[in-house]
Formats: sequence, C-alpha cells, structure tokens
Amino acid sequence: MSYIPISDRDKKEMLERCGVKSVEDLFCCIPESIRLKGLLNLPGPLSEPEILEYFEERGKKNSFDRYLSFLGGGAYDHFIPAVVDYLSSRGEFVSPYTPYQPEVSQGTLQVIFEFQTLICQLTGLDIANASLYDGATGAAEAVLMANRIKNKKRLLVASNVHPEYRQVIYTYTRNLGLEVVEIPYDRLGRVDQKGLESALNSHTSVLLCQSPNYFGVVEDLKTLGELTHKHDALLAVVISEPLSLGLLEAPGKLGADIVTGEAQSFGLPLSYGGPYLGFMACKKEFVRQLPGRIAGQTVDAEGRRGFVLTLSTREQHIRREKATSNICTNQAHCALRATIYLETLGRQGLKKMAWLNLQKAAYALDRLTSIPGVSRKFGGPVFNEFVLEFPSDWERIKQKLEEKGILGGLSLGNDYQGLERCALVTITEKHSREKIDRYAEVLREVLK
Amino acid sequence: MINVIREPLIFEISSPGKSGVRLPALDVPERLEAVEGLSLREDIEGFPEVSETEITRHFTRLSQMNYCVDFGFYPLGSCTMKYNPKLNEKIAGMSSLVGVHPLAPEKLAQGNLELMKILENLLCEITGMDAVSLQPAAGAHGELTGMMLIRAYHQAHGNPRKYVLIPDSAHGTNPSSAHICGYVVKEIKSNDRGTISLEDLAREMTEEVAALMVTNPNTLGVFESDICQIAEIVHARGGFVYMDGANLNALAGVTRPGDMKVDVLHLNLHKTFSTPHGGGGPGSGPVAVKKILEPYLPVPVIEEKDGQYYLNYNRPQSIGRVKSFYGQFQVMLKALAYILALGPAGLREMTETAVLNSNYIRKSLEGIYHLKYDSPTLHECVFSDKFQKDFGVSNLDISKRLLDYGLHPPTMSFPLIVHGALMIEPTETESRRDLDLFIEAMKAIDREARENPELLRTAPHITYVRRLDEVQAARNPVLRWEGK
Repeated sequence: MSYIPISDRDKKEMLERCGVKSVEDLFCCIPESIRLKGLLNLPGPLSEPEILEYFEERGKKNSFDRYLSFLGGGAYDHFIPAVVDYLSSRGEFVSPYTPYQPEVSQGTLQVIFEFQTLICQLTGLDIANASLYDGATGAAEAVLMANRIKNKKRLLVASNVHPEYRQVIYTYTRNLGLEVVEIPYDRLGRVDQKGLESALNSHTSVLLCQSPNYFGVVEDLKTLGELTHKHDALLAVVISEPLSLGLLEAPGKLGADIVTGEAQSFGLPLSYGGPYLGFMACKKEFVRQLPGRIAGQTVDAEGRRGFVLTLSTREQHIRREKATSNICTNQAHCALRATIYLETLGRQGLKKMAWLNLQKAAYALDRLTSIPGVSRKFGGPVFNEFVLEFPSDWERIKQKLEEKGILGGLSLGNDYQGLERCALVTITEKHSREKIDRYAEVLREVLK
Repeated sequence: MINVIREPLIFEISSPGKSGVRLPALDVPERLEAVEGLSLREDIEGFPEVSETEITRHFTRLSQMNYCVDFGFYPLGSCTMKYNPKLNEKIAGMSSLVGVHPLAPEKLAQGNLELMKILENLLCEITGMDAVSLQPAAGAHGELTGMMLIRAYHQAHGNPRKYVLIPDSAHGTNPSSAHICGYVVKEIKSNDRGTISLEDLAREMTEEVAALMVTNPNTLGVFESDICQIAEIVHARGGFVYMDGANLNALAGVTRPGDMKVDVLHLNLHKTFSTPHGGGGPGSGPVAVKKILEPYLPVPVIEEKDGQYYLNYNRPQSIGRVKSFYGQFQVMLKALAYILALGPAGLREMTETAVLNSNYIRKSLEGIYHLKYDSPTLHECVFSDKFQKDFGVSNLDISKRLLDYGLHPPTMSFPLIVHGALMIEPTETESRRDLDLFIEAMKAIDREARENPELLRTAPHITYVRRLDEVQAARNPVLRWEGK
C-alpha cells in the first residue's frame, strides 16, 4: 500500500522490539468474540487511474453543467480568482492541524487574525470568530448566544430567513425549552413590523432576521434594531449573500448586535452544498458568549508580534459541558480561501463585484418583468436575487424551462403557502447580458 | 541569528488604488435607480488594497511558517494526523462533481447522490451499523446529532430522560454535546486500568440515564474490553450506547462497533479516512446508527428507486436538519477515494500498522518517560512528564523543545486523568525512519532535561517566533487589526 511506508523487514524488527510474534498479538485486548474473522466486504483496492475513472464516470451522470442556471438561495456561483485555488492548495495550508502549537502555526494563525479583521470590517462589529460550519448552524448558534446573553426564553425568527436555516434552528432549540416564534413578512417581502411589535415582549431574547432575506429583499435593519432594542432584545442578522456587504451599509452600524452568515460566496465552489463557511461577529461586550475559536495577538519571548488561539475558557476542551458551544473542528481552510479571495479583490474589487451583481440583477429584473404575465412579487429593494410571480403554477413553467436547458429559479411553494406561482431568481456577475437575454427569450416563448 | 523577513499583516502593506483582480466591465446599461431604498456604505473602512504579486508572496510566506503533515511527523494523540493522499485532492476538484448547485433538481445530480449513497453503504459495512447520515459537519457536530437521535427516541417513548454518563477520560466535546442536547452530564471515574468499571457503571445506570458516551479505544489508547457487558448494563436500563468514533483508526477492519452492541457512533472522515485537517477544518462527522434509531436521522436521507437516487424529506420522526444541504460533500469524495484505494485488506493493514507504530514508540520510550497505566494500548499511548518534573521540566517544555528538533509535539495535557500528559498517535503513514527520528529526539530531550533544563524551559529557540505569551493574549485581547 503506497500510503503505508513500513516494509516487511521494518515490520519484523518492530514486532521484535514490541516483544510479540505477530501483529494480531497487539490486538489481544479485543475479545475474540467480536473480532472480525475475515475481511470486510468492500470494493477495491483500486489503482490511481481506476479511482480517477470511477469518479469521472459518476461525474458524467451529473448533467447540471449542461444547463444555464439561475439558482441561488444560499449557494452562489461566483467567479473565483486563480490565486485562491493556487495558494490555498499549498500543503502547508492543507495538511496542518488546528494551530495548537502556535510557534509552528503562525501562518494559519495570522490568516485567522486577518479573516477576523475582514469580517469585522464588513459587518461593522468589534470582534469575529475563526469560523463556524455554515450559515445555518451560524444562525442556530446566534440565537443560542442571544439566549445566553439575555437569559430569556423567547426567540423571534423572521419567516423570510432561509428555510433550511430555520429548520436547523428548530433542531438545535427543540431540546432546550426555548420558544421559537416566526414573524410574518409584509408586501415588500420584509419583516412585518406590526407582526414584530406584537410578538416582542419582555421575555424576548432576540430577533433573528436575514438581509438580503430569502426573497432577496434587503431589510430595514435600522428600524428592526430600534424595535427589538426597545424591548431589551438583541438584533441578530444572518447573511447568506455577504457579497452584498461590498455595497450595503454594515449591519453593525445599523444596530445589529450579532451578525452571522454563510461566506461560500467568498471563493468557495458550489460543491453540492459543502464545505461552506459560517462566520460570526458581535459587539465587544459579548465576547465571552461568542462560540468557536478566536485568534488573538500577543508577543513572543523576544517581544516580537505573534498570534495564538485565545479566550479558550469559552470552549469545550476547557469548560466541557459549560462551554458556549460544542464546536471544535470548524472550517479553517474555507476561511483561508475566503481571506485570500477578499484580500485579492480588496476594497475596490469587492465594491465592483457587488456592483456587477446588483446591476445585472436589476437588468434581469427589468427584462423578465417586461414579459407579459411576469411580475415582481415583492416591492422591497434587492441585491442579486428577486422573486418573480407567474400567471400559473411555477412547477410547470420550471419544467418547460428545464426542457429548454434553463434552470430558471428555485420554487418557493413548498416553504411558503401562497407562493406557488413564484420563483426565486439569482443573478451573479457570471451571467452575461447574453445569458440573461436568453432566459428572457425562452421564458417569453414558454409562457406564450 | 539570521534576520528572516517578518511578514506584516496584509492591512499594513495596503496602498490605495491597488487590486489583485481584473473584473469585467458591466455589459448591461447601468441603472442608478437600482440602489433606491438601500442603505449604502460609504466605504469598507480599512479593507486591504494589494496587487496579485503581493497576495502571492504574502500567503506563500505565511504558509512557510506552518508545520504540516506534508513536511513531517505529526503525532497529535486523538487527532489521527495521517498523510493526505494527493489523488483525493484532485478528485475533490473535479468540476463535474463539485460544480453542481446543491438545490439542482435531483435528476441532474445523480452522480453525486450515487457517490454519497456508496459512501454511506461502505461506512455501514466498516462500522457494522445499519444506516448512516453524512450531514454532520465535524466530529462534535456528529456527537450532537447522535445525542439528538437518542433524545428523540426517548421522547417518542414518553420520557427524554435526564442524564448522560461520560467517563472522565472523554473528549471535552462529549459533555458539551450532551449538554447542548439538553442533558445533565454525570462523570464516571476511570479505574486503575484507565477504563470504565462495571460496578460504577451499574450503580450510575438508572432509568433516568439516556445514554453512555464511550470512546473506544478510549483516549489512553486502551480498548474497553468489557464493552459488551457495558452495553448490556446500559441496554438493561433502556439506555443507549453512544460511541465516539474518533479512534476508529485502531479498529477498522479488525472489529466493528456494531458488533460491540454500540447503538450510535460518529466517524471523523478527517481522521480515520485521511481527509486533510486544513489547519482546523473542514472535517466531516457522519453518524452511523442501528435500525432502532434510523427513523430519527436528519432529513433529507438519500434513497434509491428504480435506479434513480432522490432525497427523501418525508420522515415524520426525523430530528430535522442539523446543517444546510447535505454535509461536507468534497470531504466525502476524499474519504470515498481513500476507502477505494485501500480495499478490504488495505484497510486492515492501515489499522494494524497504526497499532504497530504506536506500540513501537511505546516500547522505545517506556522507562524514559512515565507511563501511568500499563494496560495494553492500540493506536496511541499516553506518557507523562513525571520523571522530567524532578528537573523542573514540564510536558510543555518537552513539547516546545521538540519544535527545535523539527518535529511536531504530541497532544499535551490530555486526557485530563494523566497529569502532564504527552499523548502520542503516530498513525500508519509514518516510515520507520520518521518514527526513529521522533524516538531519538525524545531520548535526547530527556538527557537535556537532566543536563540543561533551562534549554527546555526557554525552548523553542529556532522557530519563526519564540515561546508566545498566551496569558497576555487572554488578559488583554487584541482580536483584530485596529489600524486604519
């Protein structure tokens, strides 16, 4: 086996040193009755070219890449600069463990420190952690964190938060005696303010909303912050398309206390849903309740700057059942990719990238809604996603588009009653004018 | 001493107007009214501006400050730092697989669904369990999911129960996961062999206990030989046996948790199945269960009908989702490629060699470093600094000195039941030469402890930075770059 560099001669000498005759003797502590008598029923061993072919054959069974896709909804197909793949695939970044020995992990630690800084700059908050699993678990961690801070059992979650994020929140909170209340959305597609006001009371820890929300609509965070703060509750914002922060005001400056989200847009491929990149930032005063790892700056024995993992008394390996979260391994390598991506684009590049997305989406919205029978469902301002309403059931239109090679958008009917005729359409900088025009032409034809 | 380049933070080399990327021009008419109703930011204050050259040098230099498996021996106990095959990285980069949107219609993603189903089936065979969910993102996430399954079962049968029993040698994630699942943790003391005592367990195991969480082999590398009796005691009171599968590299192909009457376990694909740790993730923590817990698995589950794979969301007893989409897909691809490369005999050889390497190190260092428990060990062994303490040298000093020898230290100060622990797990992917380099370095460090302890207390001496002040970092936290 090429991954096992012990020769037969090595093995013989090593067994001698161990004072045993055969390797089996080293397993004497495992009762005979539960030891496997033969080999497992597994395929292989396959050679390197055979394995490549094995996966290539399965790749051919995926026909997704033969379609023009307008799917988003928490997973976005953005351009990734070549340096991101090149630099992140260095073995020095791919193959180390968590930086428990900081003297030989300054690369990873400085990257985390830079990542935390970038997330703070984008969100307008004071501190950020080293990463969480994804946007959905970030949303769940955010409401649990708010509950620890406020120690009140009522959690408000906007119904226009990504359906999968809400499902994860339910899974996480179900066993903890917490009350989760969903807040309806209004005609603009935003959190319904009247609904929110009537749901807020003195037992409420937090409102979790998403912006841009699952309908692509950017929320009025300032007002939501004022309303929640009036009831001594926190405003937590989850963001599934953080590229929007290249243009939109930082949520921290609009009143958000905790900002979490999914940073797949920052240099991670679609990857059929993972690994993605959860992030979380908050105000300084909540640092002891922040889940996950944090890198901090310090000095070495000669007074030079260096970085370490710090404030670990929040974490499971020290605090065990009293920890803020059970998270251990997180998404460090994904955070590295995001760091390279963001630093490569930089201040101007990120703004421009966001501008391309917003402008192309505006163009697409114009083109598509100029087709008879197609209208914009919600009036609220959007970034790069929007909901269209069609004259008849979306599922049938979707099928017809698919037959013509177009994945026109995501269905909303399963998750939202009354939106059976609607679809969520996503535009990124990768959609050229020609592709958008093609969608419009085919849709016009299909609706005839 | 040579004055190596001190790599600044990217923010410190930023200069206005630079960018590392060339983006296309807008190819549609610009509409300024598109921003109506939006609160726009004036600037991204402090955001860096650098060229592609500077990006490349910055990250190349940073990378060179890292120790990694590609460079050398990395014997972190409980972490299974084995070599990461390069073929697997290539597969995880195939655009026909990873270019697929997670919400694509299932019929356009048949290859991906099939690969995930194959991996589920192979993991069932390796563990002796009946069903697998690939959704959990990492080991601790798998633990949490597993405990939620147990709770859902008890809840469905009228009482979620109150306690979870966990040995004092367990990973910190075990009590933390049980707590987040709404349970109160009761610790069981290890006996003088370092294992669970049947009498203690029988006394603690009441009908208010939902489960026992057991790591097998445990964090000392010692196999719980009484595992079947342990399971009987737990089952007799209606509880479940949860196994932390972090140490599966000691068992795969030799014995199976399912055959030990374990009801649920998580696997760490980033440990046993060779996927890289990436400096702290992504991992992948699939959960494997017996039939009795299958109805509660997270949604969706992958099913097959008439040769077509699909995602089934209609599972009324399911605990729900634990993550968006289906899990860490790229990591799954790497693990599957690894299992295919090994085959059944290779998997067994993997385990046998991991155990041989660990015992070789143990025998070579026994007597020089203190071994608290003399029970036989499998894939890892736990020494302590007890002998070196006489010269004022701690496990921390020994570890830092190893860095000067160009080697990564073992896990320090864990498990908690061994004071001054040095927990060594070599894995099967180390050559005899690399094992001997480590053994010789450990022997030399013991001599240095006697002859020149100050050398150890001030180590490391030749790394990019010297010993770092962790107390100051925590007392006076600087968690981001503060300049403008």
